[in-house]
Amino acid sequence: MKDEQWLYTISSKKKLIDLNFKEIWRYRDLVLLFVKRDIVTVYKQTILGPLWYFIQPLFTSLIFTLIFNNLASIPTGDGVPPFLFNLAGITCWNYFKTCLIDTSDTFKKNQGVFGKVYFPRVVMPLSVVISNLLKFGIQILVFICFYIYFKGFTSNAYNTTLQLEIVLLPVVIILMALLGLGFGMIISSMTTKYRDLTFLLTFAVQLLMYGSAVMYPLSYFKEKLPNISWLVEYNPMSVIIETFRFITLGVGEFSLPMLVYVSSVSVLVFFIGLIIFNKTEKSFIDTV
Amino acid sequence: MSDVILKLENISKQYRLGLIGSGTLSHDLNRWWYKVRGKEDPYLKIGESNNTATKGISNYVWAIKDISFEVKRGEVLGIIGKNGAGKSTLLKILSRVTSPTTGEIKTKGRIASLLEVGTGFHPEMTGRENIYLNGAILGMSKKEIKQKEEEIIEFSGCQRYIDTPVKRYSSGMRVRLAFAVAAHLEPDILVIDEVLAVGDAEFQKKAIGKMQDISKGEGRTVLFVSHNMAAVKSLCTRAIVLEEGKVVFEGNEDQAVIKYLNTQEKTSLIFENIETDSQTPHIRKVEVLPSNTIGFQEVGKNIEIEIELFNSDRIESPAVSYQIINNDNQPIVHELILNSEQKFCQTPGIYVLKSTIKNIKLYQGVYKLNVFFADNFSKTRFNGLFEICSFEIINTNKRDYYWKTGSAIYKENDTCWNIKKINT
Repeated sequence: MKDEQWLYTISSKKKLIDLNFKEIWRYRDLVLLFVKRDIVTVYKQTILGPLWYFIQPLFTSLIFTLIFNNLASIPTGDGVPPFLFNLAGITCWNYFKTCLIDTSDTFKKNQGVFGKVYFPRVVMPLSVVISNLLKFGIQILVFICFYIYFKGFTSNAYNTTLQLEIVLLPVVIILMALLGLGFGMIISSMTTKYRDLTFLLTFAVQLLMYGSAVMYPLSYFKEKLPNISWLVEYNPMSVIIETFRFITLGVGEFSLPMLVYVSSVSVLVFFIGLIIFNKTEKSFIDTV
Repeated sequence: MSDVILKLENISKQYRLGLIGSGTLSHDLNRWWYKVRGKEDPYLKIGESNNTATKGISNYVWAIKDISFEVKRGEVLGIIGKNGAGKSTLLKILSRVTSPTTGEIKTKGRIASLLEVGTGFHPEMTGRENIYLNGAILGMSKKEIKQKEEEIIEFSGCQRYIDTPVKRYSSGMRVRLAFAVAAHLEPDILVIDEVLAVGDAEFQKKAIGKMQDISKGEGRTVLFVSHNMAAVKSLCTRAIVLEEGKVVFEGNEDQAVIKYLNTQEKTSLIFENIETDSQTPHIRKVEVLPSNTIGFQEVGKNIEIEIELFNSDRIESPAVSYQIINNDNQPIVHELILNSEQKFCQTPGIYVLKSTIKNIKLYQGVYKLNVFFADNFSKTRFNGLFEICSFEIINTNKRDYYWKTGSAIYKENDTCWNIKKINT
């Protein structure tokens, strides 16, 4: 009896990190199908369809340019067109924001499915991050279009070129994904018990945007409000956005130590998120 | 022994009663504040009044307790029990939706569960897209689904609609498509809950046939939970009966069904609709008057059914009908009365309709009634009562034979035998 080979055991024992990568790999098709579902269904029965992916960042950039640059005269530095400056910030911020918001209600939104079928729960937030990556890709395309336009076809063409650090772009994207996913998983686990967090989240994300150097350069903030500048300086998202603007537009602050700092924070947040998520997935159906 | 594919060892699941553990942040803060001041948890009290069957002042209930059994490869195990006996909890644990409080389940194969058909169907996506999504959720790979795609579409009978969004489907079509996907799953162990109770008669037959193929032809191990005793009998090779979270019977499926029926509540001859003070026409009371004064109905004797109606206005063409249904909820007898035959409900008031079935020929067993009250003219149903007034028919016929419940549904009392000897 003892030497019987069991495929797996279901029990109440919980390991701290019980992430079965082999199992997730087995469900890779499901991840892709969820990605497809997210992409295909979001704009069904809308007239403009995927155009919304373009419209939203464009108009936000336009408004930001009007308010923050034209009205409040925030400089962008080095003659970078304000519109392009804002578009860069918003594209990055949007990716982080959608990753965070969309994964933060994983358990609540999928209660029905999770209550009936087992699959590795982490498949859900993973698919959200990937499908948002595609949307991010589209928005990057928009950014590139305007980049080319401003560089080649405007009279006051500014002459910064892409920095060599462009090779860091994938790293920046991965860091954003890890941060969004990590925080999203923490929040989604906590909302199974505390619904209050849902309300807090939309509010907090909005506030956080103002602290993430989306529509102003970090250097300008430091100059104007030196006392609280550490708030923005050590905000991982503002580092990421500054880095992104540095490698694409050539403005902003970039330092390797800061990038290492952000990387460690992101990885830490991601693993904490994973642990909490794993702890929650075992029993959330009883408490949700 | 090496043929055991699934083994449960002392599986228990505990739930906390009341609002404990599921409150909001303010609850938890409040709880913390009480704790700081050295008082007891204010929310624990909520649980106590909620106690039903369990011991004393405990705030915990065991949804299932110390369940152990083994399932052999290729076996179709039925799991039956009353509502709240712990069937769903057991299935949830088996399908890893929730984890057990204690105990272990060991398995040698992949378990796929079908606690619901159409899990994860997205209304905006087409039938074909949903086949892939649903299949993947249930644990199939894209390749597997691709191989079976045509087969699934054919089985569902939705060929024409397959590239139409599922939101345009009728509910029946949706269920058929969902079942078709599920039926083509090929896990080592399949866990099924009540999914047969869907679709029209034709599709149910098809579904049961498919299930038989799965279990018999393909030698799959199936765990099957149902209230449908006929389905359990025809599909399962063995069954366990759960009662209050414990296994009370394990063995032959026929005996299990009998055991289960015996635990059912016996008879409640009167149904009264007291709560309703509504002024719309409705059934006030239904009473079964059995032949035997102790409350049993004997085979071959008259049975009377009294239906009391409330009527507030003139009804054009009132009609009352009732069905006698058996334990599998199959209607056995149908009887109705129309206004055209005997006038009733032509003025406001309370009417009592007494129906007498002479020399009832139903086989022994427990039966219930479905009663309907409608207007045949405007085609409106005022009231439909289901599974009420359960009564037991017994066979007092003293012959040297053991009449077994469930051997038949009809008992003929007026037969004659003719016996000849033809060889010399």
